[in-house]
Amino acid sequence: MDYKLEAKNANLWYGNKQALKDITLSIEPNSVTAFIGPSGCGKSTLLRCFNRMNDLIEGSRIKGEFLLDKANIYKDIEVYDLRKRVGMVFQKPNPFPKTIFENVAYGLRINGINDKKLLAEKVEWSLKNAALWDEVKDNLNNSALSLSGGQQQRLCIARTLAVEPTVVLMDEPASALDPISTAKIEDLIYELKNKFTIVIVTHNMQQAARVSTKTAFFYLGELIEFDETKKLFTNPEEEKTQNYITGRFG
Amino acid sequence: MIHMRTKEKAIEILMMACSFLTVLTTLGIILVLLIDSIKFFSEVSIVDFFTDTQWTPLFSEKHFGILPLLTGTLLTTFIAVLVAVPLGLTIAIYLNEYASPKFTNIVKPILEVLAAVPTVVYGFFALQFVTPLLQQFIPDLRGFNALSPGLVMGVMIIPYITSLSEDALRAVPSSLREASYGMGATKFQTAFKVLVPAASSGIMVSIILAISRALGETMIVAIAAGQEPRLTFNPKESVETITTYIVQVSMGDVPQDSLEYRTIFAAGLTLFLFTFILNNISFWIRKKFQNKYE
Repeated sequence: MDYKLEAKNANLWYGNKQALKDITLSIEPNSVTAFIGPSGCGKSTLLRCFNRMNDLIEGSRIKGEFLLDKANIYKDIEVYDLRKRVGMVFQKPNPFPKTIFENVAYGLRINGINDKKLLAEKVEWSLKNAALWDEVKDNLNNSALSLSGGQQQRLCIARTLAVEPTVVLMDEPASALDPISTAKIEDLIYELKNKFTIVIVTHNMQQAARVSTKTAFFYLGELIEFDETKKLFTNPEEEKTQNYITGRFG
Repeated sequence: MIHMRTKEKAIEILMMACSFLTVLTTLGIILVLLIDSIKFFSEVSIVDFFTDTQWTPLFSEKHFGILPLLTGTLLTTFIAVLVAVPLGLTIAIYLNEYASPKFTNIVKPILEVLAAVPTVVYGFFALQFVTPLLQQFIPDLRGFNALSPGLVMGVMIIPYITSLSEDALRAVPSSLREASYGMGATKFQTAFKVLVPAASSGIMVSIILAISRALGETMIVAIAAGQEPRLTFNPKESVETITTYIVQVSMGDVPQDSLEYRTIFAAGLTLFLFTFILNNISFWIRKKFQNKYE
């Protein structure tokens, strides 16, 4: 099996605090993998290792291997290149205070693409893939901040897709949104897995069950269980998983 | 109970009086400027004031054209801004995006000392050190010139730009930084394509305040730029600014309540109008763009 993303005996410390403990897991291409677990369990931390966003946090250090298409993320791939291949969508919609068009074009522009026709094509492609095109196609020059929260988040997804990553990491992408916007994002995630490999961190177990093919349960920095979503939610191997999904803690 | 209320009321009135004091001072200044300016303009045509290219109120053949003083003021200010904006902004971006917090915490206070140096010290620094130094490279630079005090003034206003711009950059939500880095942008791209545009209103305000400060600066130009009102944009020449002229007349032996004496009020009013407009623009920018992320 050619895995898209792998973590091998991965450890991470913030200062003296160990946030990830010896984690090994492999993620298949064109799948949706959900990371679940109570706050502080390390799920977001692990997610951020895959595009090295933890580098921005002072005092973080890692041990172990993180692989993208078999290449070591921290050694063999340049960080800027890595982040173009492994895009990220954040918890709170964070569009730039620019126009809708310029938000999506940002990733292309920083790659030196300035050809108007090409930009327009790519922006349209990205917005269509993010299921936002029909809502904004007549207002591409409006400020992105004029959109609703749900639209802003889909815009951020479009912005991430524009540079055509192969992996999209999503850090609780719907936690700041209303139920209708959340449903739209979930439909979108389901669609996107045809073209991209998706890893999503979520607090919402129903969401994990709805959108993901595989689910990983973390607790206190350890990977407790990683299995087919259906199996993990109906017949977990571990007692801790059982307790968490039935709401006994977390 | 009534006693308490009276006390509260008294305190409130006292505080109100304090704030009124500043308003009254401003009004008083405007009033003084206006009264003497009106008297001045009853003798000198306002058209001549703004179109005559000579300013010689102290000579026997009198001309009252503010233009030479205005160009002197604008020229030195322009040179200062040319120095301060690129340097100030670069420092702000460096401190905010590149430097470690430790470094920033040490450098920022040191930088702010620049604004605390007495301007008379800057003046002599420009006259005694910078001008001779520049003359090594520019042989036809006059002993009094616009270039040297302009440059020194530029250094003086760097902290105004750096400090306020740095605050504006720091106020940009870190989520925007993350978004940019998350797409594979470099620090440079993040700083110039995301942070600077997002902080542009604060940066504009900082630049405008720095310009106001340079326009009104007196000591540096009075010492190092000379006292020859000359309609020129040549930085190698000696020029006189509005502020220098006011100092020159008020320290001199011009009889009070004469036309010559009133020239300083007309000149002062002109300068005041400039800074007043600039301050209002910056106030307007701040109002308009505030709460952009809330």
